[in-house]
Amino acid sequence: MVDIPEHLLQRSAEARAKALGISVEQALAEMKGESDPTVISKEPEVKTIDETPAPAAETPAPAAETPAPAAETPEEVDFAPEVKVTQRLLTVVKAKPIQKAVSEPVDKVNTWPHLMLPEFVSLMAMTAFLILLSAILQAPLLEEANPNVTPNPAKAPWYFLGLQELLSYWDPQIAGVMIPLVLGIAIWMAFPYIDRNPETHPSKRKFAIMFYTFFLAGAGVLTIIGVLFRGPGWNWTYPWIDGIWFDDLLDWIHFE
Amino acid sequence: MQKLSLRDRIKKARASASDSFRGGKLMSSIFRPGSPFRKGYVDSPRNRSYVVMNNVLYHLHPVKVKRHGVRLSYTLCLGGLSFFLFIVLTITGIWLMFYFRPTELAYVDIQTLQTSIAFGSLVRNMHRWGAHLMVLVVFLHMSRVFYHGAYKAPREFNWVIGVILLLLTLLLSFTGYLLPWDQLAIWAVTVGGNMAGYTPVIGAQAKFGLFAGLEATTATLLRFYVLHVLFLPFIIVIFMAVHFWRVRKDGGISGPL
Repeated sequence: MVDIPEHLLQRSAEARAKALGISVEQALAEMKGESDPTVISKEPEVKTIDETPAPAAETPAPAAETPAPAAETPEEVDFAPEVKVTQRLLTVVKAKPIQKAVSEPVDKVNTWPHLMLPEFVSLMAMTAFLILLSAILQAPLLEEANPNVTPNPAKAPWYFLGLQELLSYWDPQIAGVMIPLVLGIAIWMAFPYIDRNPETHPSKRKFAIMFYTFFLAGAGVLTIIGVLFRGPGWNWTYPWIDGIWFDDLLDWIHFE
Repeated sequence: MQKLSLRDRIKKARASASDSFRGGKLMSSIFRPGSPFRKGYVDSPRNRSYVVMNNVLYHLHPVKVKRHGVRLSYTLCLGGLSFFLFIVLTITGIWLMFYFRPTELAYVDIQTLQTSIAFGSLVRNMHRWGAHLMVLVVFLHMSRVFYHGAYKAPREFNWVIGVILLLLTLLLSFTGYLLPWDQLAIWAVTVGGNMAGYTPVIGAQAKFGLFAGLEATTATLLRFYVLHVLFLPFIIVIFMAVHFWRVRKDGGISGPL
């Protein structure tokens, strides 16, 4: 229930007092006295106030109650209702937006220049880095493709080498690797729907952080082993003793 | 009347020439209001908004972004760099297409490119290292997103799109790997394709579809070429558009933590 602001109540009481020919204080007291004990909902209150100028014109249709003012009101019809319009307080609606604001105001800055300038600088830095890298390091090009000559070892691109390494462990039970792998991609995609913890701070999602870090470390270690520590026959080799069998790095490390 | 020095006269003439050019009909027709290239650009909040709104490329961005999001240490610009590397790879890739035939001549074409064509070697190197870099940067971007918990509501679906984009990036890189048609290419793709053959249930079919046969041949080369230069870029651009659009629709960058 909205509290009627004091000044509105006052104004209403004045109008009522004027209409009924009673003192303002009395009208105010009546209004307050009436509304406090009996009526709680908005509707009766409206009626009570509504009723005040009514004696002149018409009694309100749902005349459920005819409280004290009616008794006191003398039947004086000294004005035509269509001429003199009295103000009636029907209800008070608290000043509130119709729509509830969902988002809080956030601290924002203009995209230009605050975002686009750093972005531009990082793009330029990346371009410079890439051109420099390409000027220094030659992309590998071996002999022409020959399906009859199998290199030993034959390695996949580096981002699949972790997987190739993994497959080398469970070669007889390939299904035992590939099924979890396919499932892994599905789980990976569905991760936001599995992890229902709404917290984003690392201290409140330790399991998720641990899980991902474990995955990252595992993938990293397997890839490094695949790239650097596997030689002919997929046997373990040490890069500093036996050399590196990874032709992508042909121009990076000179063996002789 | 004070006589202007020669230097001042030149300065004045240059300023007036610049004004009449930048304020002229040509420049006003090319650059929309708020562009720094127009005459009378001043650094005002209104113009800062116009710079973003009135440019087809920049308006991928919202006019305003969260303050914490522009700190380089928050995103490391990894998403933007992934996109930028894709653009670099598109440009260098189109350039390389002029000199490459996906047939038995592929290897010779690469040799010619490296030895007889101006900047051929440099552009090929940029395309190759850029591709490796893109795989790395996309992966790092994903890790950044994970550690910030940025995949959480309402951004769940954008994570799914992101994983698809990573898989497409890997596929693009993998299909490109075969194109030089050297021993490295054919055997790496053979190993990778054989791994696809271990897929449960549809392994044999997947391998056959990938190789256009039972092993890597020039038919595979043509297949990978079409996938690499047309099909996969087409698909990845669609997913990227949805990805960028969702970033904004889901309320911009996540956080702060």
